[in-house]
Amino acid sequence: MSGNPYLFAAYAVTWIIHIAYLGTIVSRYSRLQREIEALKKK
Amino acid sequence: MKKAFPILGVLTAILLSYALYMALIGAPTEQTMGDVQRIFYYHVPSAWTAFILFFVNFGASVVYLIKRKPAADIVALVSAEVGVVFCTVVLITGPIWARPVWGIWWTWDMRLTSTLVLWLIYVSYLFLRRFSSGGQTPTLAAALAVLGALCVPFVYFSIWFFRTQHPQPVMGGGGSIDPRMLHALLINWLAFSCFAFLVCWSRYRLEKLQRDVDQAHALESLLDPHRSVP
Repeated sequence: MSGNPYLFAAYAVTWIIHIAYLGTIVSRYSRLQREIEALKKK
Repeated sequence: MKKAFPILGVLTAILLSYALYMALIGAPTEQTMGDVQRIFYYHVPSAWTAFILFFVNFGASVVYLIKRKPAADIVALVSAEVGVVFCTVVLITGPIWARPVWGIWWTWDMRLTSTLVLWLIYVSYLFLRRFSSGGQTPTLAAALAVLGALCVPFVYFSIWFFRTQHPQPVMGGGGSIDPRMLHALLINWLAFSCFAFLVCWSRYRLEKLQRDVDQAHALESLLDPHRSVP
């Protein structure tokens, strides 16, 4: 397999999209955890 | 169930690594397109996974419309969201593959245009869920999801019924494929399906937790109406 820029771009973009989406899930989960902690303190 | 998630996560990571190896090294190089054809092993499985997720969204929406179960509503939301992510991958990897092979990034032919319309339908579905408030939102979203699902077979079969630049389907379209290429394709599909399942699982848990927290906030404001809800 030779280094094809289009092939590299397609595979990289795929994983950037998936990792970015996973990042949003993690950040939403962290925000919820903080909300739950705040609720527990009340 | 708590142990199943990390075990499935490790298995999916191994499967994705093997699938990447098969896509880049294991599968033979295509004679006319060369290495750029290997985009196929990410582009096609992503499309199939998106279609399956949109059908799950359709099924869950129908169940919600009939039985009004909140769990069905969550499944519908989650499958649409992850489906849009996979459809985005399809819409970006497609033009990256088209540029060196067709000489253009995009053409308004039936397959490409209908895929873009499908993506726009599910993006509007997610916008509706995100920005519309009121008790009727899940019902309206479910109705939109039923309409959106009707587009999925149209997108898939568009290359059978219309003259398009897009190649004919690999399976069921009368074409033939090298068995090693087919193996790489199916392994990648399996790996991406497992990955999608895991992401949906995480997102389902997150959505359920979010609704529990919202309910707790609502209860809190009922008990203490002078306190503002964040």
